[in-house]
Amino acid sequence: MTATVDQDVEEAPSGGKVPLVELKSVGKSYGNITALKDISLRVHAGEVTGILGDNGAGKSTLIKIIAGYHPQTDGELLVDGEPMKFTSPKDSLSKGIATVYQNLAVVPLMPVWRNFFLGQEIRKKSFPWSLDANAMRATTLSELSKMGIDLPDVDVPIGSLSGGQRQCVAIARAVFFGARVLILDEPTAALGVKQSGVVLKYITAAKEAGFGVVFITHNPHHAHMVGDHFVILKRGQQKLDCTYDDITLEHLTQEMAGGDELEALSHELRAAKG
Amino acid sequence: MSTELDVASHKIIRDERVKERNRVQRLLIRPEMGAAIGAVAIFIFFLIVAPPFRSPEALATVLYASSTIGIMACAVALLMIGGEFDLSAGVAVTTSSLAASLLAYNLHLNLWAGAGLALIVALAVGFLNGYLVMKTKIPSFLITLGTLLMLTGINLAATKLISGQVATPSVNDMQGWDSAQKVFSSSFPIFGVEVRITVFWWLLFTAIATWVLFKTRIGNWIFAVGGDEESARAVGVPVTAVKVGLFMCVGFAAWFAGMHLLFAFNTVQSGQGVGNEFIYIIAAVIGGCLLTGGYGTAIGAAIGAFIFGMVQQGIVYAGWNPDWFKFFMGVMLLFAVIANNAFRNYAAKR
Repeated sequence: MTATVDQDVEEAPSGGKVPLVELKSVGKSYGNITALKDISLRVHAGEVTGILGDNGAGKSTLIKIIAGYHPQTDGELLVDGEPMKFTSPKDSLSKGIATVYQNLAVVPLMPVWRNFFLGQEIRKKSFPWSLDANAMRATTLSELSKMGIDLPDVDVPIGSLSGGQRQCVAIARAVFFGARVLILDEPTAALGVKQSGVVLKYITAAKEAGFGVVFITHNPHHAHMVGDHFVILKRGQQKLDCTYDDITLEHLTQEMAGGDELEALSHELRAAKG
Repeated sequence: MSTELDVASHKIIRDERVKERNRVQRLLIRPEMGAAIGAVAIFIFFLIVAPPFRSPEALATVLYASSTIGIMACAVALLMIGGEFDLSAGVAVTTSSLAASLLAYNLHLNLWAGAGLALIVALAVGFLNGYLVMKTKIPSFLITLGTLLMLTGINLAATKLISGQVATPSVNDMQGWDSAQKVFSSSFPIFGVEVRITVFWWLLFTAIATWVLFKTRIGNWIFAVGGDEESARAVGVPVTAVKVGLFMCVGFAAWFAGMHLLFAFNTVQSGQGVGNEFIYIIAAVIGGCLLTGGYGTAIGAAIGAFIFGMVQQGIVYAGWNPDWFKFFMGVMLLFAVIANNAFRNYAAKR
């Protein structure tokens, strides 16, 4: 058992039977408030797991458990089949789980390349170990063009890029620094149609490159476009767990919006119009 | 597969909103550009209105005045780029020189030993500032306002308690005076003009700070903690260590300036230094540092200090009432901030 697990770590992200990350009836309560209850999901290499939910459904709590901000209070979190209890984001990062938050963790006034390597700068090998700026510029440029973003100048402050580009820089950074599992927290939430397209394309590219992607969103259209596997959260509980083949976009939207509620709303609106 | 193709075809498309800047714009967008143009303008202005200003000796005097401000402004600029203030920087200079003088005199130590103890005191003050700011999360403006008042009180009270006077006793006959004076307060003839050693220290510190800011990972971290502390923490930058280090760096600069004060004047008035903190901050701001952090250069702070030195001495050379100095500096500050803003916006729009 241990041998296969070790092998998995070595060969990742090659895909295998053992999910990269698995949650088994995970729950989280803060004092007497239950934020999450009985959540089970699997993230395989080369698959996109879409986690859908409205505001307050428990998406953020779920991310924070996987990202290591706080441990779950119930259930098991398995990485490569091994039970884990993360106590800090560092623990989860060292297992190859990288989280791209909505604020992206970028410093707006700093150039793109400095942001890309922030915290993990490349230094020259000899005294006085100054920054190897040219290597970092070139790497940033090539890593970004790999995902279809061609910046003529990586010296511009990252704040001057569009939202979609910033998102892609943040994702590219996570990929470059050895992530196997990407957790994307509402990457398309603040983006226009075209910019969302850029990000969705990149999610697909990451999936095809063998990464396990957790795509958190409240947009069923976006989720359905790239997802292989969907989980819907509602009021801290898992409402749906199915694969792409099992569900249509309409069904997904309906489930997400609360099914009957949406139908009722639709009727109400039509009636008002008529 | 089709996605791969799409991504590949996307590669050719250049983003029309991110254009390459030309050289002039690159130059104009540098944070210290407004200050540099202002410095040249003021220099020419005083060359015209003040004939004595034209001599090389006057330039040496201006540089000396600039250097005593610039050594502190350099460290204060680094701290401001890191997103914090230090209002205690002005009196910390006095504290350092008082500590060195009183400790060496009363414990009968070599002055170098006194200077060493003063360095510990200055670094401790910096550490305390940084530690309190990071631990309590209270804005550094308030924390260092507190230390400013505490140090002002200690300077006066402790000096009176120990020496019975408001100034320190003369120490120029003690061991170590000659060598220490050579380091902190001597002068060199350059092309026949005596230039004070602090000018060279000032230029050296500015060069080191510039190198650290742009060529080392610590510099990268300084910009990051000032620009967005939470993001910096999220990508693994040791935010607390960087900020405490910056406060201690100001402590070191205060010690150095304090040593110059002691070895230039022999006795130190315990009440001086109050208000200088604003001069350092203003020099950094004139040089293009943003009050909100994450932006600025050490060269800018040096230019800001040079403007200060020029105005201070230029008014005297022009034969005007020196009372106008503060008014003039206020005008300069407003002008510089507005000009810096305008340059930034202009360059960013093009």
